[in-house]
Amino acid sequence: MTRYFTEDHEWIDVDGDSATVGITHYAQSQLGDIVFAEVPAAGATLKKGGDAAVVESVKAASDVYAPVSGTVIQGNDALEGDPALVNSDPEGEGWFFKLTLSDSSELDSLMDATAYQAFVDGL
Amino acid sequence: MRYLPLTPSDRQAMLGVIGAKSIDDLFCDVPAQARLDGPIRGLPNHASEMAVERHFSELARQNMTASHHPFFLGAGAYKHHVPASVDHIIQRGEFLTAYTPYQPEIAQGTLQMLFEFQTQVARLFGCDVANASMYDGSTACWEAIGMAGRITKRTKALLSSGLHPHYVSVAKTMAQYTGDTLDTLLPELSAQTDGARLLAAIDGETSCVVVQYPDILGRIEDLSAIAAKAHEHGALLIAVVTEPVALGAIKAPGEMGADIVVGEGQSLGVGLQFGGPYVGLFACKEKFVRQMPGRLCGETVDAEGKRGFVLTLSTREQHIRREKATSNICTNSGLCALAFSVHLTLLGEKGLRGLAQLNHALAVQAADRLSQIAGVELVNDSFFNEFTLKLPTDARPVVRALADRKILGGVSLGRLYPHVDALSNGLLVAVTETATQEDVETFAAALQEILA
Amino acid sequence: MNSINQSGWKPEMGNAGDTAPATYTDNKALMLEEALIFEIGTAGTTGVDLADAPQVGARLGNLERHRDIGLPGLSEPETVRHYTRLSRQNYAIDLGFFPLGSCTMKHNPRLNEKVARMAGFADVHPLQPVETVQGALAVIHELAHWLITLTGMKAVAMSPKAGAHGELCGILAIRAALTARGDARSVILCPESAHGTNPATAAFAGYAVENIPATSEGRVDLAALKARLGPDVAGVMITNPNTCGLFERDMREISDAVHAAGGYVYCDGANFNAIVGRVRPGDLGVDAMHINLHKTFSTPHGGGGPGSGPVVLSEALAPYAPLPFVTQDKDQYRLVEEETADACHPDSFGRMVAFHGQMGMFTRALSYIMSHGADGLRQVSEDAVLNANYILRSLQDVLEAPFAHSGPCMHEALFSDNGMAEGFSTLDIAKGLIDEGYHPMTVYFPLVVHGAMLVEPTETESKATLDQFIGALRNVAERAKAGDPSLKSAPHHAPRRRLDETQAARKPVLVWREPEQAVAAE
Repeated sequence: MTRYFTEDHEWIDVDGDSATVGITHYAQSQLGDIVFAEVPAAGATLKKGGDAAVVESVKAASDVYAPVSGTVIQGNDALEGDPALVNSDPEGEGWFFKLTLSDSSELDSLMDATAYQAFVDGL
Repeated sequence: MRYLPLTPSDRQAMLGVIGAKSIDDLFCDVPAQARLDGPIRGLPNHASEMAVERHFSELARQNMTASHHPFFLGAGAYKHHVPASVDHIIQRGEFLTAYTPYQPEIAQGTLQMLFEFQTQVARLFGCDVANASMYDGSTACWEAIGMAGRITKRTKALLSSGLHPHYVSVAKTMAQYTGDTLDTLLPELSAQTDGARLLAAIDGETSCVVVQYPDILGRIEDLSAIAAKAHEHGALLIAVVTEPVALGAIKAPGEMGADIVVGEGQSLGVGLQFGGPYVGLFACKEKFVRQMPGRLCGETVDAEGKRGFVLTLSTREQHIRREKATSNICTNSGLCALAFSVHLTLLGEKGLRGLAQLNHALAVQAADRLSQIAGVELVNDSFFNEFTLKLPTDARPVVRALADRKILGGVSLGRLYPHVDALSNGLLVAVTETATQEDVETFAAALQEILA
Repeated sequence: MNSINQSGWKPEMGNAGDTAPATYTDNKALMLEEALIFEIGTAGTTGVDLADAPQVGARLGNLERHRDIGLPGLSEPETVRHYTRLSRQNYAIDLGFFPLGSCTMKHNPRLNEKVARMAGFADVHPLQPVETVQGALAVIHELAHWLITLTGMKAVAMSPKAGAHGELCGILAIRAALTARGDARSVILCPESAHGTNPATAAFAGYAVENIPATSEGRVDLAALKARLGPDVAGVMITNPNTCGLFERDMREISDAVHAAGGYVYCDGANFNAIVGRVRPGDLGVDAMHINLHKTFSTPHGGGGPGSGPVVLSEALAPYAPLPFVTQDKDQYRLVEEETADACHPDSFGRMVAFHGQMGMFTRALSYIMSHGADGLRQVSEDAVLNANYILRSLQDVLEAPFAHSGPCMHEALFSDNGMAEGFSTLDIAKGLIDEGYHPMTVYFPLVVHGAMLVEPTETESKATLDQFIGALRNVAERAKAGDPSLKSAPHHAPRRRLDETQAARKPVLVWREPEQAVAAE
C-alpha cells in the first residue's frame, strides 16, 4: 500500500484500484478542534481537485478535495458521531472516504511522504 | 453638539500626536473632485432635542392610533396588550445597547435570554429546536422553502391558497433566483380551504407544502393528512403561524407532523409599529438543524465547569461560509426576541391559554353580532381571533367610510388582493382582548349604516 | 443610665488581606447567578391579570389543544428580577467603549427611543388606509430624502430589514437591470477582504464570485480589476472605505471602468460613518449602496438586532427597486404596493418583505439625522476619522499595523498579531482586554491580515476614553509579546471564563430539557 499527499493536505492510501482518503496531521493541527465532517455518499462521482468533503471547526469550514478521480465506495460514518477522530487520529481512524480510482496515472503528480514533509516545512 | 464629546483643544492635541495639520489632511485619499467643501447643501443644520421632538409630535398627531379608536385590523400583525414591564426591560441599556454576543464571557445576558427564547418557540410550535429569530415571518417563510429545497434536493414548492399574500409575493420574488417553482393559488371566499388540492398535488417531485395556520382568512385546518402525504412522498410540511397567540388554544403544528414551523412573533411583546421591526420565528425537527438559517444559541460549560451559553453551529452562516453559505441572514431581531420572550414569561402556560380563550370568545361574539347585519355573511366555520365577512358590496370603500367615522374596521381583501373581483367583497376582521363590547357595537352600528 | 452604645455598632475595616471565601449561593455580592425560567417558573404562575372569557361554543375546527405547551410563567416581580439580573451580565455601549471595527458602536441617543414610542408611530397598523397614516408615511419620505441627499444618489429602497438584506436588494436590482437589457452576465467580483455576506449574496443571486486582488497598500488592484472586466462581469462589490479601514483612492476609476465594461458598482455601506457629510458615494460612481441604520445612524444594536438596511440607487437602477415604497403627490403621501406598481413602477423586481420596512428604525434614524443636521453629520465623520488615526499612531509602535505606512486610515485602524510570543495570538489579547473592562475589538476580520484586530472608536468617545483604552491595549499587547501565561486563561474577572465552543458545536444543546428527558436523550 502506498501513501501519497496533495498540496491541500489530503493523504491517499492506494491499494490496487481502491484508495482511502483523509487529511494530514498538519491540516488538523491548523484547523483546531473539528466539530463536524461531511463525507460523500456511496456512489458519488469525484473529479481530481474537485469538492469531495467538508471539515468544520468552530469558526471555519474547509473543503476537502479529491486527490484523484473516482467513485466513492463509502464515507466514514464514524465521523458523524465522533468528529474528534479527525484530530486524534487524522491519518488512521479519522479517514474521510474510500473510493475506486478511475485513472491511476493521476497519482503521478502527487507527493510522497518525503516531498510532503519538505513542502510543509517550507510553509 | 450634544452627542460629540471632543473639544477643539482635544482635536488639536490629537492632530499633534498624529502629525497632521488639520482634519482635511486625514482625508487626503479622497479624490479632490469628490471632496465636499462644506456641509451638504439642501439639508438643515443641527437641531435641539426640543425642536426634533416637536417635529415628530406634529407628524405623529396626523396618524389614527389603534388604542384611541375601535380597532379590528389583523392580516399578519395583531394588537395585543403588552404588559408595562416589557418595555422597561428592553430599554435597559445592557440589553438595548449590547452587540451580537460574539464574546460570550461578557454577553451571558443576551445568550441566556436567547436560549430561553429558543426553548419557548420550540415548545410553542411543537418542534425539537428553534433558532434565535429571523427578521420577520415573511423572510422566515422563504428561507424555509429554500431549506426544504436543500434537504429534499427538489424544486417544486406547493403554497396553500391560505398563505398571506405578502408572504407569497416574497417567496415568488426569491424563487426567481433559487430556481424553485412555486405552485400558488388565490383563496376563495369559502369555509373550505384548498386542502384537497394540496393533497392531490403532492408527488415525488414536491420539495415542500407550505400551509398557514390559522390561514389568511382565519380558517383553521388539520395539518395531519397533509403531513402524512408529504412524508409518504419524501416532501416536507412547512407550517406558517402569523398569530402565535392562537397556539394557546389550538394544537401545535409540530404535533400534527410539520417538519419546519415558521411564524411572526409580533403579537407578543412587539406592538404594531406600522410594520416593523418584527420578529421571525423558525423551528424544525432536530435532524434538520444543520440546514437551518439564522443564529443558534447553545448550552455549554466554561473553564471552571459553570454552565454558560454561546452562539454555535456558526459555520452555517454567511460571514464564515461566504459564497457557500446557505442563507441570506446575518442580523437577527434580538431586542424583539427579548420582548417576545419577556411577554411570554409573564403570561406563562396559564396566561397564554387564558389569553387565547379570551381572544377566541370575544371573536366568536363579534362574528355573531356582525353577521346579524343585513347582507353580511360570515365566511368561516372555524377561526381563532380573525374571521372573514362577505359584504354585499366592495369592502375597500367601506373600510375608508369606517375610517371617516373614526373606526379602524379591519382589512379589505381588496387591499391584499387588488383587482381580484371574486375577493373584493371580503373584509378581514380581527378581535383581540383589546376590543371592548362597546367597540364592537360601535363598529356594527357604523357598518350597518354604511351598508344601508 | 443608657448603655454607652445602644445599637452596638462600631466601624470595623476588617482585614483586606483575607482570601475571599466561596459563597453558599455562588453569588458574589452584585454579581448574581441566575437560573433559567424553566428552572424557576411554573405552568400555573402568571404575571398578567386577564378578564374571564365569556362562555361561548368553540369554533376551533375541532383542533383544540389538549397537550401542555411546556411554558413556565413568573409573577411580575420575579420576571423583572430575572431579566434585570441577566442584563447585568452583558457588556453594552451604555457601559463602556466598544471598539468593534465595521460595527460603528456609537452612542444610541435616548431621544430616538422617545420619538419611536410616540403613539402615532408605535401604535398604527401597516394596513390602515393610507389617509389615516399620513404622518408615518411622511417620516419614511423625509428619511428617504435625507439618505438620498447625503449619498448623492437618485432613489432609495426603504424596505430591506438589515444590511445583508440590503445587499441582496442591491444585487437583485443589478440583476434585474441586466436582464431588462437582455444582457445576463454570470460573474461578480469581490475583494478578498470583503465581509462574507458579499460573496454569499452574489452566490445566492446566481453569480459566480471571483476575487479581486489587493495591492501592498491594502487597496483594490485597479490594473488587475481592469484586466478581468469583460462581457461576463455583472459588477463589483466594493466596500469604501474598505474593511482594512482605508479609502479606495481609485474608486472613481474603478466605477468608470466597470461602467465602460457594461457592469454596475455595488458599494457595501457598512463604513459610511467615515465619510458621511464629507463625501457622497454618488460622486464616486456607485450604483447601489446599502446603509446600515444601526451603524452610521445610531439605531440600537439590541443584542444582535433588529437592523435596517435601506439601499440608495443610481438613476440606472432606480426603476428596479423593490416594492413597496412611499411617494408624494402634492401634499398627499401614497404607498406604492403591488396594485399601483404597474402604473408607476412596472419594472420593480418584486416584494422583499411583508409590510413596509423597519418603521421603528426609521423614526430613530430620522431623529438622529435631524439632531445632527448637515453640520453635525460632517463633524461625525471628522471626529470618527480623527479618533481612529489617534489610536493608529498611538499604538503602531507596539502592534504591527500593516498599512500604517500607506497614509492615514479612515474611521478604523487595523493591526495584526505578528510579533507576539510563541503560542500567543489575537484571541489572547481580546480576552485580556475583557478583564480590563472593554469589549474586544473586531478580531480575525478581515481575513487578509493574520490575526486581524480592527479598532473602530466612533465619534462619540471622549479623548480620555481613548487614552485609557490605548494604555490598556498597550499593556495587554506587551503581556502577549512577553508571553505572560495568565493571558492564556483570561478573562479572569468576567461572569464566565472561556467557554467550550467545541463542545457546543459537537453536541449541540439548543433547547432546555427536563433533567429526566435530558438523560433519556443521551
